[in-house]
Amino acid sequence: MKLTKKLSAILSNNMYAELAKRNLKRQSVRTVLAAIGIIIGVIAISSMGILGNSLKLSVTESFADIGDKLIVSPALGEDYITDKQVDQIRKVSNIESIIPVSTSGEVIEYREGGTTYQSYVSVYDIEKEDLEKLVELEDGRFFKPGSTDCVVGYSVADNMELTLGQKIEIDDTKLRVVGILKERGMGFDISTDSGVFTSSEMYNKLYPDEDEGYDEVIVIVKDLDEIDAVSDEIEERINKKDELVTVFATNMITDSLDDVFRSISLFLMGIGSISLLVAGVSILNVMLMSTMERTKEIGIMKAVGASRKDILKMFLLEALFLGVLASTAGAILTIGGSYLVMELLVKNTSYLFTISSMLYVAEGFFFGIATSLVGGMYPAWKASRMKPLDALRYE
Amino acid sequence: MQQEKSSPDTARKKRIALSANSGKKAQKANHSTHPIVQLQNVKRIYTLGENKIYALNGVSFAIKKGDFVTIMGSSGSGKSTLLNMIGCLDLPSSGKVKVNNVDLSKLDDDGLTAIRRNNIGFIFQQFNLIPTLTALENVEIPMIFNGESPARRRKKALAMLKNADLPLEYANHKPNEMSGGQQQRVAIARALANNPPILLADEPTGNLDTKTGHNIMELLKELNAAGTTVIVVTHDPKLEEYAHTTIRIQDGEIIE
Repeated sequence: MKLTKKLSAILSNNMYAELAKRNLKRQSVRTVLAAIGIIIGVIAISSMGILGNSLKLSVTESFADIGDKLIVSPALGEDYITDKQVDQIRKVSNIESIIPVSTSGEVIEYREGGTTYQSYVSVYDIEKEDLEKLVELEDGRFFKPGSTDCVVGYSVADNMELTLGQKIEIDDTKLRVVGILKERGMGFDISTDSGVFTSSEMYNKLYPDEDEGYDEVIVIVKDLDEIDAVSDEIEERINKKDELVTVFATNMITDSLDDVFRSISLFLMGIGSISLLVAGVSILNVMLMSTMERTKEIGIMKAVGASRKDILKMFLLEALFLGVLASTAGAILTIGGSYLVMELLVKNTSYLFTISSMLYVAEGFFFGIATSLVGGMYPAWKASRMKPLDALRYE
Repeated sequence: MQQEKSSPDTARKKRIALSANSGKKAQKANHSTHPIVQLQNVKRIYTLGENKIYALNGVSFAIKKGDFVTIMGSSGSGKSTLLNMIGCLDLPSSGKVKVNNVDLSKLDDDGLTAIRRNNIGFIFQQFNLIPTLTALENVEIPMIFNGESPARRRKKALAMLKNADLPLEYANHKPNEMSGGQQQRVAIARALANNPPILLADEPTGNLDTKTGHNIMELLKELNAAGTTVIVVTHDPKLEEYAHTTIRIQDGEIIE
């Protein structure tokens, strides 16, 4: 608050600032052209950054289960996770819940009038209480234990045009659809969208010879920071002698996704920064021209007592003004333009107003200012080194 | 060839005006132990290809504090070079220039800047005002470099303009909206902004008609009477009548 007050006082009272303003106005067309260069550069850098960031956000969002989950699955050569192994997992500390999962691939059928719909799905046996931790209902309710009810994933319902109360067939066994799940996207734990979930009793009736163990165990940890420790402890306990299970931490994927998209963002911004480089050269050109034009004025200033530092300050301030103005315009245009593009094309602007996207705008903003300062540095230095007499005589 | 002109006894006119209305605190004109400007065997040599051109060829003289000096000479005589030496705009090839008893050859760029800023006021034939600034702002410029506060320098600049007899309504005019005489008055006000003891004028009436030129010279005379040492470079013999002392220069050497 105090600082902004002081700053505005400097700007309103400072003749250097006033001079810079007037000198920029003096050649307004040239100033505007140079500013456009910076504006384009800022837009290029920040919108490329936003593009990369949005890409990353949309991909990470489609991996719904990234985060606090460990997937324990049988190691190569093993068929199941046994009850004994599940008990061993239970002894590990910092675990929120353990969800054993049995699953089978299956083709299900649904007859409506004369047509038969077929779909390849994964049939799951997950306790109702556990299932509630993993998925959300779009419509209807969860199945009751022991019933012939089932809950289907979003894609299954969508593909087969299923509605509540209709019956699907698995190997001539009829299951009643009582619930449809919300779309969740890709997952490492279960394929929710193409899943059919039913009670244990029903599952065992469908697959009587699969009661030796589970296909995977989902472990949810209490604290994300503990996920590596939990993963290590599970492996230690179970894989004492032989490699019996593999533990997969879903957050691993976030790390590598971050890496990939950081590279993509950098690459895109690198392309954007080329335009800023061009802008920098044009600032250099503009400032150089105006030092030439104002050689005589510089001579006068020196004759009446301006030091090298004074002259340097004057020209750098001019470059700074240009940079701040153009970068601000660039930042505003970027936000406005991105909003428009996202609204019109994707109809979703949520990726724009995230901290990470705004950071890219800030980055573009500061690069814009830095570019004009760097571009203005040589002309300012040159002006400050002019010999007063030579400058005074310049026509 | 050396000549020394130490006293203004031969000056045609010696008038000490009691300018109570000048507003400027009169500086003690005499009783100083050392001359305010002193040149010792100053040479300024330009090299053009293989030819050496002696713009100044061994010039020596001293100017007393409070003097009004005209340096007369035809164009190319080296008189402007001489003025630029005193004004720290140019440095001698050899010899010594002392301003206020400070040897300029011992100063770096910042030191020379300080002399220009605080000891010297410059008036040019072309007025040399900054075109983007108003009369008032032009006068403020030297004070900015001197670190004066905005309020103080504004007040002082107005007083300076008044002192230079510029009608107040012109204070907010840009140079191209003023006559030559008015511009030169602004330039004089600017030259005096930091209260320098020395005022240097390079053909101050060169771009003015006779009457305006006379008015400007009268103004300089007033300022001199108030204590400022005035040095005017000109080829116009008419200006001689305003001075106490005249130095004549020809081909880089003093002839009288």
